[in-house]
Amino acid sequence: MGPAPGLLDRRLLFFTGKGGVGKSTVTAAAALLAAQRGKRVLLVEVDAKGNLTALFEHPPVGFEPREIHPGVWAMQMDTEASLREYLRVQARVPVIGRIGPLARAFDFVANAAPGVKEILTVGKVVWELREALQGRAPWDLIVVDAAATGHVVSQLDAPRAIQELVQVGPIRDQTEWMVDLLADPALTALNVVTAPEEMPVNETIELVARARAELRVPLGTVIVNRVLPELFTRTDEEAFDALRAPEASAQLARITGPGSTAVLDAARLAVSLRRSRSPYLARLRDEVDLDLILVPYLFVRDHGLRVTRMVAEALGDEIG
Amino acid sequence: MPDPSFEALLAAREVVVFCGSGGVGKTSIAAASAVTAAARLGGKVLVLTIDPARRLADALGLEAVGNVATRVPLDDNVVPGGPPRGELHAAMLDTKRSWDELVLRHAPDEATAYRILDNRLYHNLTSRFVQSHDYIAMERLYELHARGEYDLIVVDTPPTRNAIDFLEAPARMSEFFGGRLLRWLTMPYRVSGGRGARMINVASRPFYNLADRVLGSQFLQDIAEFFLNFQSMYGGFVERARAVEALLHDRRTTFAVVTTLEGAPLREAESFCAELRARDFHLGALVLNKTLPDYLLSPDGDRVAARLSSESDDVAAALSSLGGALADQPRTARVLRTLGDSFRDYEVVARREAELRAELARLPDVVARVPTFDTDVSDVAGLARVGECLFGHEEPPPPVP
Repeated sequence: MGPAPGLLDRRLLFFTGKGGVGKSTVTAAAALLAAQRGKRVLLVEVDAKGNLTALFEHPPVGFEPREIHPGVWAMQMDTEASLREYLRVQARVPVIGRIGPLARAFDFVANAAPGVKEILTVGKVVWELREALQGRAPWDLIVVDAAATGHVVSQLDAPRAIQELVQVGPIRDQTEWMVDLLADPALTALNVVTAPEEMPVNETIELVARARAELRVPLGTVIVNRVLPELFTRTDEEAFDALRAPEASAQLARITGPGSTAVLDAARLAVSLRRSRSPYLARLRDEVDLDLILVPYLFVRDHGLRVTRMVAEALGDEIG
Repeated sequence: MPDPSFEALLAAREVVVFCGSGGVGKTSIAAASAVTAAARLGGKVLVLTIDPARRLADALGLEAVGNVATRVPLDDNVVPGGPPRGELHAAMLDTKRSWDELVLRHAPDEATAYRILDNRLYHNLTSRFVQSHDYIAMERLYELHARGEYDLIVVDTPPTRNAIDFLEAPARMSEFFGGRLLRWLTMPYRVSGGRGARMINVASRPFYNLADRVLGSQFLQDIAEFFLNFQSMYGGFVERARAVEALLHDRRTTFAVVTTLEGAPLREAESFCAELRARDFHLGALVLNKTLPDYLLSPDGDRVAARLSSESDDVAAALSSLGGALADQPRTARVLRTLGDSFRDYEVVARREAELRAELARLPDVVARVPTFDTDVSDVAGLARVGECLFGHEEPPPPVP
């Protein structure tokens, strides 16, 4: 067996992660990096928050993919639109305009019945992959900002869950090729974005175990976001400790004037923040046997395309 | 003018609901509030948490999952100025068990209750139905409050995609059970007793045709039968949901929004504050968590940092006379440069935080700020330290040497 495919070598990448770790930023950065390397990328936002395109300084988009940056097309998942497309294209049931009064009934069943919303989400994504594989869609890569860690297994497992619940009918037939494409390690990967903090690391470890046990979607890479820099090597830290001794810090204050205490305190804070997080990084390395990509904490003022570019660059450096 | 402090807010209320987006430290802030309230205000204080980090659960003695409240021992010196005045209790929400209890309570008879509990759709419905976690958390709060055992109940809210979901959960629950939609959907099965030919009226026929075609009729029938059973709980459920909603609107209840000073969580916190106001809930406090210390904004610090970054060799030379580890001038220079660069890195972030804080509009009366701690909170003493900051009894601590 050859080496596992790298992050961007597959055709369909899902990104999940706990809230607050920067899942959307990393997802956008992966799309940007692929586009910079000449790929045509479809970027799919699943949660209707509408702020993924803001990471490219672009207004929100709808269900129809729009090019929001050279090489990056974005679409916003909409389960009703997905159902309509499915009915029109595959079940060949003509639905003109909105589903209208049926929308509420659909919404109701979709919320209550297992996997209906999920299948329409994943189904649309896998449909685009199949179209691309058969040369009917232009995507070299599809990148999905998927559900958070708590929901992603049920989201990606939906085709199989539907297979179990619905014994016959067109839906069942549809799910078979979906399950096959989702399970193909040459095509698909589920990547986890995390941060070197307790809860995100716990959730990552739990998710990786759960995905292995319950999901046929292959796992890809763990991207550790916001890794604080190590300020000093061990020998440099001796000099830092010496500087903080009373006599030396008094001497430093005489040389530089007031403000040296704040600078020393800030370095002390930076060292301990980094140190308090390193056990979580170590735990990830010990307990998750997937490739880890570390993205440094960015000391910047703004968000938007500039940050997306910086994260893309950091990803690119790590992937090589 | 009432005392605009976090302490006064907690003293005046019986229920405090903490909310905010994921990753802002909501669970720790809720627990810290409860620890300090128990120690300083006295009485019986309960913290109801949803999904605490392992260490926090350990710190609160929440080994076993389950809806049982356990007493958390407080050391005599948990806060300065005397032994704790009250008791701390903690409980962790068990969603599945809470739903089961609710079904057993509201089903017309035991047979129906077990038909519901055994239905293969039940687990899915309770774990994934719109806002079911949110609803059950609020329902649990109501139950605990109604018992009247506690002087103050501090609640952590479940991580939701949309922070306002749980506010609407009770209303949606009663809408769901009282809804025409549910009656409409289950009608064919009620008319025919769930068996035999379905009597579908004209209005619902297109839906059934579509659903049959896509899902298969057996599946749809399973759903409808389940809802028929579930609907038997209508009366009890709706009454209960209304009572839960009334408690959230009650004068004895307040909400505290937790956020970090980062773009996305802060925007969400602001919209959440606006939603609370629009729905007439009492917005008591905004907690700015994990903020960087003010000394990062000091002009003197900035000036010294700039000098260390650019003139590290000269400063290192001037320090070398101290000897010891500082005799190695190139190394000292390297360290001084790092000191300057690192200060200016963190200064950028601290400045961004200050700008975001200045832009905050329409704040609640109480705005509490909790500094970033250089170690993780892992015990009751650590929680008390956070709580002291919340209560304004402790300045943000200097870095520990």
